[in-house]
Amino acid sequence: MIYLQLFWSFLQIGLFSFGGGYAAMPLIQNQVVAVHGWLTQREFTDLVTISQMTPGPIAINSATFVGSKIAGTGGSLAATIGCILPSCIIVSLLAYMYMKYRKLDMMQGILNTLRPAVVSMIATAGMAILITAFFGEEGVVKLSAMRWDAIIIFILAVAALRLKKWNPILVMVLAGVLELAWKAVGGH
Amino acid sequence: MERKEKIRILWKLFYSTLYLSAFTFGGGYVIITLMKKKFVDEYRWIEEEEMLDLVAIAQSSPGPIAVNGAIVVGYKLAGMAGVLVSILGTVLPPFVILTVVSFFYEAFQSNFYVKTILDGMQCGVAAVIASVVYDMGKGVIEGKSLVSNLIMAAAFTVTFFFQMNVVYVVLICIGLGVLRVLWGRRGEKS
Repeated sequence: MIYLQLFWSFLQIGLFSFGGGYAAMPLIQNQVVAVHGWLTQREFTDLVTISQMTPGPIAINSATFVGSKIAGTGGSLAATIGCILPSCIIVSLLAYMYMKYRKLDMMQGILNTLRPAVVSMIATAGMAILITAFFGEEGVVKLSAMRWDAIIIFILAVAALRLKKWNPILVMVLAGVLELAWKAVGGH
Repeated sequence: MERKEKIRILWKLFYSTLYLSAFTFGGGYVIITLMKKKFVDEYRWIEEEEMLDLVAIAQSSPGPIAVNGAIVVGYKLAGMAGVLVSILGTVLPPFVILTVVSFFYEAFQSNFYVKTILDGMQCGVAAVIASVVYDMGKGVIEGKSLVSNLIMAAAFTVTFFFQMNVVYVVLICIGLGVLRVLWGRRGEKS
């Protein structure tokens, strides 16, 4: 029952991603690439890239994208509903309790403990993306498979982001154009 | 009359969240700021102070922050009907956009130019994530809390080197967080 599987997977993603932004990324990767194999690491990286260029939370984007790829529009609906259901219940409950008691310290305490772990989980998911970019889809780290063009583009992109403070979307588009130019002049 | 007023609020809630969701790039924290601008400064539906607490709820709950923000605002303004309407407004744009994107992705995946551009963009996205991790990690280190630094080091070790399922890491941290809060409360009382 693929709809139920999609629903259940994205329910876990919605339930366990704390902290917003990239916090959902390691959970999505875990469910979608590692546990179910619905996307390859390369496809997942493309999905993260696409999510950067379009509005909307990465979890919703992934739910729609993966659901639609695996089981059409019904699949994207099942995944999206799964993804937002925990939010609906937990946030409504907290909002209700807040209106009643005006107290939030338990949630804040949990979040403070989670935040450093979230940084590490994003770092781990980021490493997987970096390895795919540098060594190709198989993700085997060896010198002969190293794509030097990718490493140069990565370094340029980091410099543009950190030193020039360029907009991330612009940096990503330029990285794509650079790779195309590299291939056009006969690099490989 | 009251019914009419409620429908008017729901309708306005729907297209405000739809608009914000469709045109906000840059993730949950950005959209929450824009929500504050719209519902506090422009419509004056929510008090500034209360909005800060609602934002805190949205940020400390699991799930996408944009969706959580829509839920708290919807709940505050129109109860469960408001929640449903604002969720719909928030989810609809990415749902439609990604449905279209996934269609094109399937169709163009094997195209040389598309594939090459995506190859290059992978390096760009890796750089963006590296930069985000650097800033977040720096924040934790500068906080100078021994517990936080230990959690960060341990979480990286178990997820990167031992491929531990991230769900367990989250669950363990929630448990630790609960203990820390309870411990803190005990300290306050004695």
